[in-house]
Amino acid sequence: MNRLHYLAIVTVVLGLLGLGGVVQAADLVSKTEFAAENEIIVHFSNPVDRTQAADPGRYVVFEESDPDIRLNISTIVVSENGREALLTFDEPLNSAKTHIVKTSGIGGVAESSFSVSKSYFGYLISILISALLINNFVFTKYLGLCVFFGTSKRKQTAKGMGVVFTIVIVVSVSMSWVLFQYVLRPFNLDYLQIVIFIGLTSLTVQAVDTVLRKVNPVLFKSFGVYLVLVIANCVIIAVPLLMASNGYNYFETFMLSLGAGGGFLLALYLMSSVSERVELAKVPPSFKGLPIAFIVAGQFAMAFLGFSGLQLF
Amino acid sequence: MATDKSNFQLVTNGILQENPIFKLALSMCPAVGISTTVMNGLMLGTAVLFVQVFSSVTISLLKNFIHPRIRIPTYTLTIATWVTVIDLSLAAYFPAAYAQMGIFVKIIVAFAIITMRLEMFACKEPVSSSFWDGLGMGLGFMVGMVVIGLVRELLGSGAILGHDVLGFKPLLFFILPSAGFFVVGLMMGFFNWIEKYYAARKRGNR
Repeated sequence: MNRLHYLAIVTVVLGLLGLGGVVQAADLVSKTEFAAENEIIVHFSNPVDRTQAADPGRYVVFEESDPDIRLNISTIVVSENGREALLTFDEPLNSAKTHIVKTSGIGGVAESSFSVSKSYFGYLISILISALLINNFVFTKYLGLCVFFGTSKRKQTAKGMGVVFTIVIVVSVSMSWVLFQYVLRPFNLDYLQIVIFIGLTSLTVQAVDTVLRKVNPVLFKSFGVYLVLVIANCVIIAVPLLMASNGYNYFETFMLSLGAGGGFLLALYLMSSVSERVELAKVPPSFKGLPIAFIVAGQFAMAFLGFSGLQLF
Repeated sequence: MATDKSNFQLVTNGILQENPIFKLALSMCPAVGISTTVMNGLMLGTAVLFVQVFSSVTISLLKNFIHPRIRIPTYTLTIATWVTVIDLSLAAYFPAAYAQMGIFVKIIVAFAIITMRLEMFACKEPVSSSFWDGLGMGLGFMVGMVVIGLVRELLGSGAILGHDVLGFKPLLFFILPSAGFFVVGLMMGFFNWIEKYYAARKRGNR
């Protein structure tokens, strides 16, 4: 019963987020979407004059954040029934940003403006995927390596460290966001970022340590060791700094921290699986231990390069 | 309690016997991430040197006033303060180099090497020894970064400090970001091999 209840709430919230992205101007246009990397498709609610709709001079397109930079339209193809126009641009569009399309004199409407954006939920998922795979903090940003090499020898340790790290980073980054948004920014204290973020993190670690010790000693016995290591991991300070410099809102921050933690867990698990095999292999004596681990990590880093350009939404 | 090592020994200890990058294998992130040129290594090395020396001295001065149970948060906040100072000064005086190092200057705050030296050394020793120990560790880090940067820059782009010396690019691969892992791994293996070689020769002589 309880679980169903939560499920319903989650579904409603997700649904609302999904709808939030599809904000459209009223009459002329029914729907817009990004197609290939340099294309926008406009669906008109009524059939329009095809020669008018195919005239690039009647469109003005720009990113919402910089209205001064007009994007050049190379060709426009209008479908037979005059209800769909495919706008092709000279250069690839950054589909993570909202684009504004202004039309004049199409379908008998003098001036009309509408926005093109991905659904917000898709955008959130893309932040998660990006932090998890495309910009994996260990293999493509080279952060958190000390802890990474220290705890990736056994699958058991790798899982423990990864899970503890994910929990701590989600909690501490959430608190950092609140403090950054409501204290540091209003009072222009941006230069205190480093002190505040690292202080909050060590407080979180201390709190989790104390609470876990009292509430669940068994769990503490297996996970307590990793708590100390969390603070020595660069990722834990890199994520709030990224959050601050990108000006993320809470949902984006949550997805970023979840992706960072999950990416670290993934990297640890992959690495530990290989490490267990490498132990059985014949490694030159000078390369035993850390050197071979670095070379394996280098191969992983090259493999992760393959994720660049991955776009799901 | 005072250390029985002379100041000179403290400095060389950080550079050779306990080199933070090659021997202790701490603070590997910048060694892999931004060691593509000698200049980067020098800049970040200097930043770490300052943070290490200032934090060591601060903690050594305050060691009698810090309650043992809150010592780790105290270290963290001390380091964070000094990192903020270095971060703002670099951004003000060397904006170009600062832009290239990106987030790595701010991340000095989470470097294991600095906290480790405070915990192992500065919280027990007098101010002057802590100063020399911090200097040694900072220099050791800088030397490690510069050596890796030298190898990568020389083999990757055939240059040193931006001056073309070889006239051709032997291994372009070394300048790519993901090659950092390979370079560090190969160099560690190489140093291990040298050490083993000399140890074997010493045994042979005896």
